[in-house]
Amino acid sequence: MHRISNPTDLAVICRQIRRHIITMTGAAKSGHPGGSLSAVEVLVTLYWDVLRHDPSNPKWPLRDRFILSKGHAAPVLYAVMAECGYTPVESLNTLRKLGSIYQGHPDIRYIPALEASTGSLGEGLSLALGMGLAARLDRSPSRTYVMLGDGEIQEGQIWEAAMFGSFNKVDNVCAIVDYNKLQLDGAVKDILELEPLAAKWRAFGWHTLQIDGHDIPAVQSALSEAAATKGKPTCIIAHTVKGKGVSFMEGDPKWHGVTPNPEEVELALKELA
Amino acid sequence: MPANTKYELKLGAATREAFGKTLAELGRENPNIVVGDADLTKSTMTTFFAKEFPDRLFECGIAEANMVAIGAGLAMAGKIPFVSSFSAFVMTKGFEQLRCLVAYPNVNLKVVGTHSGISIGEDGPSQMSMEDLALACALPNFTVLCPADEVSTKWAVRWAAAHQGPVFIRTGRPKAPAIYQSAAQFEIGKAVELVPGADVTLVATGLLVAEAIKASDLLAAEGISARVLDIHTIKPLDEEALARAARETGALVVAEEHLVDSGLGVRVAQALARTVPAPVEFVGLTRFAESGSPDQLLDLYGLRAPDLVAAARKVIARKK
Ligand SMILES: Cc1ncc(C[n+]2csc(CCOP(=O)(O)OP(=O)(O)O)c2C)c(N)n1
Ligand SMILES: [Mg+2]
Repeated sequence: MHRISNPTDLAVICRQIRRHIITMTGAAKSGHPGGSLSAVEVLVTLYWDVLRHDPSNPKWPLRDRFILSKGHAAPVLYAVMAECGYTPVESLNTLRKLGSIYQGHPDIRYIPALEASTGSLGEGLSLALGMGLAARLDRSPSRTYVMLGDGEIQEGQIWEAAMFGSFNKVDNVCAIVDYNKLQLDGAVKDILELEPLAAKWRAFGWHTLQIDGHDIPAVQSALSEAAATKGKPTCIIAHTVKGKGVSFMEGDPKWHGVTPNPEEVELALKELA
Repeated sequence: MPANTKYELKLGAATREAFGKTLAELGRENPNIVVGDADLTKSTMTTFFAKEFPDRLFECGIAEANMVAIGAGLAMAGKIPFVSSFSAFVMTKGFEQLRCLVAYPNVNLKVVGTHSGISIGEDGPSQMSMEDLALACALPNFTVLCPADEVSTKWAVRWAAAHQGPVFIRTGRPKAPAIYQSAAQFEIGKAVELVPGADVTLVATGLLVAEAIKASDLLAAEGISARVLDIHTIKPLDEEALARAARETGALVVAEEHLVDSGLGVRVAQALARTVPAPVEFVGLTRFAESGSPDQLLDLYGLRAPDLVAAARKVIARKK
């Protein structure tokens, strides 16, 4: 795909993706806007500037892969894939409707260009490591990126996978934690605190970086540092704001799984004009 | 529709809501009741309990296996723990822990799966449990309940709290048609005959009980007299009521919001094979579903009264 690296240009795409997220979830009347909005800069930077991929040849064997382990944030992935040309933009608003390719959670049966069907949290890191191992066996340059929710990494399987990844030096895998500090029931720190998070990933043997996940140049340099790091996998802890970009959604746990009504859609789109 | 039954089937509370509210009542009555949840209190409705008894609600985060194991520990230390999450998660992610830490040592843990079946709608297959009854029934020592409406759910939750031993209760997301009056009495392991009938028996559980009642009305209009049994207890199964139904009506249809290959249907067939063999047809799920509204999915995946009617005609034709 034609690469876009200029942060100003990427920011324009981010705004368009956010508009899609609002209209899609507004039309669906169910779904997860908050955790979609917090992930926009990371996904846009990945898909437009970092991943080696070809929307006209989705199964290109040497491609880089992306797994949205926090599958409930499907709207951001759908909007990004549609804008890349994998799937139609016009039907984004059929999200969650019967027969739509835009299923409630990413479903590879409906969109074969997806790398995984996700939705049960805690599973994506292990999948990514399997893909990374396969690429290593094949001597393929393919890298695998996986986005995890901060609440999601409470799952024990994540830490089983974390141990495995460093022990096996799966350095073609990069995990990105969307550290938006909120999960479904409320604040991560009130439910099951993760801190000291960077120290944990380091203790598990991962090259660990912390960045502002909405700062595009910071995302770019973290992803290139990950690609340059050999001998261990990288974890990028992306500090983000749940609901980012829509003032009344930012930092409010309500917007995890509540969608905007028509007036709220209009307000949000005004802010994202 | 020419209704021959006395059931209005007005939409009542969801069975998960009945669970949450009953749990809060139990909390007031018994300080030993404690609850574990995996970041879904608002969905499982343990939030009612959480509001009143924050010190007895253990929020485990998104870690179902850990939650089950913690619940087992609480039970072994004398508490009466209820742990809850979507059925799809607690029964699959917690299965090894349920097997080794709960079923094997016969620990007094209550597991409540919510959002069972495809009637959760838009979230799609990853969140839809179709195999939870199979998994629960595969655990020795477990009693397995699948109530159909608010009143029977209240009973099930109260029964579980009073019972010494592991229990799994299956509940659903959507509002459920009300079947029982509040004074209704239930007995563990005893099916309820909701509609009498002589030509065929519709054996149903959970959300499909209301569909079976509707189907019996549709069949009555064709001159077919269909008995309806509510199997609120999947294990132990009421073999006696099933054998009687086989003897008296000669044919059965089993209906469930679960995989037909591993749920109530196979258990009924097993029971009849060792009592009164009879032809049986099965209404249930055979594949992963998709996103859609609950009503659309129930139609599309064949879990409606007309599907039971078709199965009834087919099974009656097989009678000797
Ligand atoms: C195994 C599992 N348990 C529970 C859920 C229900 N669930 C969906 S999203 C969510 C909260 C996720 O929080 P987080 O990972 O922080 O995601 P984000 O804040 O990015 O939306 C929960 C509990 C699930 N999908 N999978
Ligand atoms: Mg979060």
